[in-house]
Amino acid sequence: MIELIDIKKSFGKTEVLKNISLQLDAGQSIGLIGPNACGKTTMIKAILSMVIPTEGKILFNGNNIIGDVAYKNHIGYMPQIGRYPENMSIIQVVNMIKNIRKYSGQIDQELWYAFGLDRVSDKKMRTLSGGTTQKVSATLAFLFNPDILILDEPTAGLDPLSAEVLRDKIIKERKKGKLILITSHLLNELDELLSHVIFMQDGEIILYKTIEDLYAETGEAKISKAIGNLLKSIMK
Amino acid sequence: MKKITGFVITDILKNKIILVYTIVLAVFSWSVFSLEDNTAKGVLSLLNVVLLTVPLVSIIFSNIYMYNSAEFVELLVSQPIQRKTIWVSLFTGLVIAMNMAYLIGVGIPVLIFVPDMTGMIIILTGMMITTIFISIAVLCSILSRDKARGIGIAIMTWLFLTLIYDGLLLFLMFQFSDYPIEKPMAIFSALNPIDLARIMVLLQVDVSALMGYTGAIFKHIFGTSFGLSVSFGLMLLWIMIPFLISLQKFKNKDL
Repeated sequence: MIELIDIKKSFGKTEVLKNISLQLDAGQSIGLIGPNACGKTTMIKAILSMVIPTEGKILFNGNNIIGDVAYKNHIGYMPQIGRYPENMSIIQVVNMIKNIRKYSGQIDQELWYAFGLDRVSDKKMRTLSGGTTQKVSATLAFLFNPDILILDEPTAGLDPLSAEVLRDKIIKERKKGKLILITSHLLNELDELLSHVIFMQDGEIILYKTIEDLYAETGEAKISKAIGNLLKSIMK
Repeated sequence: MKKITGFVITDILKNKIILVYTIVLAVFSWSVFSLEDNTAKGVLSLLNVVLLTVPLVSIIFSNIYMYNSAEFVELLVSQPIQRKTIWVSLFTGLVIAMNMAYLIGVGIPVLIFVPDMTGMIIILTGMMITTIFISIAVLCSILSRDKARGIGIAIMTWLFLTLIYDGLLLFLMFQFSDYPIEKPMAIFSALNPIDLARIMVLLQVDVSALMGYTGAIFKHIFGTSFGLSVSFGLMLLWIMIPFLISLQKFKNKDL
């Protein structure tokens, strides 16, 4: 579905992405992990053409995304830190995005109600706590039933109960055969969510494997331990 | 595009500053025409204020507005909308809101007190000046990510075009007063949109007769309908060029 070919990106002199090539397909549920500043968010933003790669191209269903915006109709994106117009209320933001998307299918409001946003929908965005802002971001990402979900640190800042709600929702959507791309530092909570793991470091992809292969190679049954093991062997 | 422009306009109108701006312009225009029994004098006083405050308010308000819209822009870019649409909508929204303020504040009194060609020229040039400075503000906002620096650039541009540029011209005029410099002067003045607006209005009220030979040259160059169209053409370029550069930069910007 999404293919990255030799993507390079530098901000000034810092090379953030070094020759990333990657193929992501429907039905996969991919965990994108790696230390801080390894280029995860930049890669995600490049897929959304929020960041323009210095070199290389990104294909969506075989078509170059440069100059195209229609492909974003298929993507639900939850940013790491959602930034919204401060004077707009939650409901205004949601309505505005609905207005812009011109989506004709069934709106998925499950998270809207599960997070209880309907009770605070008149609050202005600037008055919201970090967690509530995350809830708005999550709701927007799932709202249009997209084929692809890109979730950047989805549970960071959410209370355990809400994180669980979101987790269940991700599992539910995964069963529908969607492509899901999640970045997270909290490896423990990824176990049931993923089919594949990508590990990035310093702008490069160190490994891209299915969970089964990962477990088989390391003899572990937890992502956190398996990755730890594998990294130790790579670093040697 | 209409939707986003609509969002921008309602957002600006909710911000009371634009209302205050309209009222200040209106109070000033009405008092100028009520105090002066000679409308030509009134036009001149109005012109001076319009050429000082309108660019200042347009450039600073638009510049800060662009910086404050960073979140809005970021949200929209992640959605299926062309970057061009986002940028053009923001610009259009600002242009419509600021020009509405100008039309209500200055346009209405001018139409009542000076309902002739002079009045039309004042209204038209004022709208052009408003739009030009919004265009420059939009460019300044994308030249720097740092808000303080961006606003600094905007204020410096305003200062340069309203005060420093004229000072330089005056200085040159004195230095080369022994030479026939009227034509080059006319051309240099035409390159600054504020000077251009001033000349266009002054020629209409016919005080150029008081300015001697220079005035005659100006009248000769700008007074014809050809000169008038060239002047408007130059102003249009002042709108187009900064905006198009900013659009190009925005298309390649990393958010």
